[in-house]
Amino acid sequence: MAELFELNAIEVWDGNMAASHALRQAQVDVVAAYPITPSTPIVENYGTFMANGYVDGEYVMAESEHGAMSCCIGAAAAGGRVATATSSQGFALMLETLYSASGMRLPILLNVVNRAIAAPLNVNGDHSDMYMGRDSGWIQIDCYNPQDVYDMNLVAFRVSEDHDIRLPAMVHQDGFMTSHTAQRVKTLPDDVAYNFVGEYKPMNDMLDLDNPVTHGAQTEEDWHFEHKARQHHALMSDVIPKIQKAFDELKTLTGRQYNLVEKYNMDDAEIAIVCMGTSVETAEEVSNELRAQGIKAGVVGIRVFRPFPLEQIAAALKNTKAIATLDRSSPNGTVGMLFNEISGALFNTDTKTVLTNYIYGLGGRDLTKSSLHSVYRHLQANAQAGHPTTPLQQFIGLRGPVLSFF
Amino acid sequence: MLENGWNSFEIGTILRPFEGSASDVAHILPEDRTYSKSNSFSVSVADWRIEKPLLKLDECIHCQFCWIYCPDMSIISRDKKMVSIDFDHCKGCGICVEVCPTNALLMFPEQQDEAAALANWPEAKNNEVKEN
Repeated sequence: MAELFELNAIEVWDGNMAASHALRQAQVDVVAAYPITPSTPIVENYGTFMANGYVDGEYVMAESEHGAMSCCIGAAAAGGRVATATSSQGFALMLETLYSASGMRLPILLNVVNRAIAAPLNVNGDHSDMYMGRDSGWIQIDCYNPQDVYDMNLVAFRVSEDHDIRLPAMVHQDGFMTSHTAQRVKTLPDDVAYNFVGEYKPMNDMLDLDNPVTHGAQTEEDWHFEHKARQHHALMSDVIPKIQKAFDELKTLTGRQYNLVEKYNMDDAEIAIVCMGTSVETAEEVSNELRAQGIKAGVVGIRVFRPFPLEQIAAALKNTKAIATLDRSSPNGTVGMLFNEISGALFNTDTKTVLTNYIYGLGGRDLTKSSLHSVYRHLQANAQAGHPTTPLQQFIGLRGPVLSFF
Repeated sequence: MLENGWNSFEIGTILRPFEGSASDVAHILPEDRTYSKSNSFSVSVADWRIEKPLLKLDECIHCQFCWIYCPDMSIISRDKKMVSIDFDHCKGCGICVEVCPTNALLMFPEQQDEAAALANWPEAKNNEVKEN
């Protein structure tokens, strides 16, 4: 029996420590991991908890991230609660197995501490790895600070393991900005956190020896399509209501409110920035400064990235006059992902809002308040003109001559 | 399973070999087990073969090497006595012939008549026991 870990009501944790404690409180059966900056402390802290008797499960030191996720898949198919963490190159190496995890409908929690992808080699935060995972069939939840990381880990276990869902989930946080920045985190006692997550209920587990089952069977053109359709259906139809229910119950338990789409100063907003990760909080601060000047500036943060809350985002943005989508990943040959997603969400509505795209913060380049002020100034001009007054895609915080496209 | 739509099969890429519980399956002969529809037991792969192994029981010492080594469980043996070969599932790999220490198992072309083969069974090439 695991030892009780006595926590203060408020701890000073970075995002990694918040994730480690959430995994400990969920009493994960198997953590299989391979270390990579900046996610390493998550599994390192967890290993310390285990060595000190605070965890009952198994810890597997894998030979690579591909091996780590493969172990997680095996353990999940066997019938255990499973979690791990990775970043960047490690995430890229896991990619093949990520599709297996979701296709096999195995609930696995992956903490992704977002980091740039080489080349050039870079350990700092951007959203390249998060974007790489977006077609892999996983639930993807984004965090803006260590408190979010703690809460979203607990939510992700619940949703992922629900027998109506059975899909793996990623909880994303920004490398270093969240993962290594200690902040106040309101905690739950071990038993309260565990009860919120709930006892793991196996399904089709391979350790049920009386009911043998083959996992990972092959299908070709005869059945592959039906399996993928069923998986997509679960992701599209069942996940959003379950996440909402978990958010509601978390609010009852803690008073902390999370939303599929985080709206800030949006009720009467004429200009809005849409972004993810730590940038959301910076943009919120800038929008407050603009509000003090009488400018109706708001922020929309994406909390649930997959499944994409298309209708909720359209509702949040359709009454604006100008929107900037901020992508922290090089789109390498097109507009940013958020520009495409938001365009798709708004295209069939009657909105006349003007949409532009900014690429920022690659490889951990800071997003400054002055950059955000200049984005909002562009948006004011766009809103007034009723059409883009700038190129559709611009790079901000970049050295040298202005870089823009379309 | 074949009549199912996308929304009516079990989730995940899983197959169940048996209908219902299989807690005592080790004590039931393969042909008597309650296989599920998705089990491959009823599917013949006989047309994968270009050569087939034939068994001459007179030469067999019932060592069970072939039964252990066959990758497709196609050697039929009862109470440690060789009976025959399951030609619905044998793919003609020839491993049984390789591991046979006597002259009891030999490969023949798929179209070879079994009775004729048994009547004209080739002599052992030499009397040495094969090294395995």
